[in-house]
Amino acid sequence: MDRYRFRSPIGRAIGLGSAKAGFEHWWTERVTAVALVPLTVWFAASLIAHSGSGYEAFIGWLGSPVTAVLMILLLIALFWHTALGLQVVIEDYIHSGAKIWALLAARFGCFTLATVGIVATLRIAFGSWAGV
Amino acid sequence: MERISSKHTRPLSPNIQIYRPQLTSVLSIANRITGVFLSACAVVLVLWLAAAASGPDAFSRFQSVIGSWPGQILLLGATFAFFMHLCGGIRHLVWDTARGFELRQIYASGWIVVVASVVLTLISWLASMLIAGQS
Repeated sequence: MDRYRFRSPIGRAIGLGSAKAGFEHWWTERVTAVALVPLTVWFAASLIAHSGSGYEAFIGWLGSPVTAVLMILLLIALFWHTALGLQVVIEDYIHSGAKIWALLAARFGCFTLATVGIVATLRIAFGSWAGV
Repeated sequence: MERISSKHTRPLSPNIQIYRPQLTSVLSIANRITGVFLSACAVVLVLWLAAAASGPDAFSRFQSVIGSWPGQILLLGATFAFFMHLCGGIRHLVWDTARGFELRQIYASGWIVVVASVVLTLISWLASMLIAGQS
């Protein structure tokens, strides 16, 4: 889908419209949402299917290549979607000087959490846990 | 130099106190509330992954916290919030294709979201208990 269809050519040439990202935010929120539908359903179904299984079996599944890839895709889509969603919530409710700090905290928090999750998944996939 | 306060003392039009809650407005704020709540749950998800990566001891400690009754209540709430946000989000995506804006359709899809969220939560918890009972 050509995202520039949402702006007129002359508007784009003169530089009218949102001074910030504008359409980008709305579109990326939808794209991550579409990705999250199958990814979260897969994750929830997998957790249910592994109810009551032991640690070894669970880690065996989590560390398998397909699962690790899907898990990392889920983390990326999830925290991108979360960052965008929290951004609009913060922008709607905080109008003082604290707004910019809240926005930074939310975005940095999402990046950090996604990184921690990805590193944890990779460590499980490549078979080394802490201290062993 | 004085900072200009962003809070004005002009009277605001009353909205929440006056406007009767409807399925439309309630589901809209519910999508936001579930979204924010799920953001907090995402933190727990990452902690869970980190515990799994840290070995069986850390993982079983984490599992016992989730297995406690406050943990289970949290998990039930997270499950319901997840399905409500998922179904509400799909409803939004359908609107983004410019479909479903007739008032009858809005109310029909709205009630489907509510019912589906409850049903999916129940099904997932029942399935989990059944499968856990078999192992």
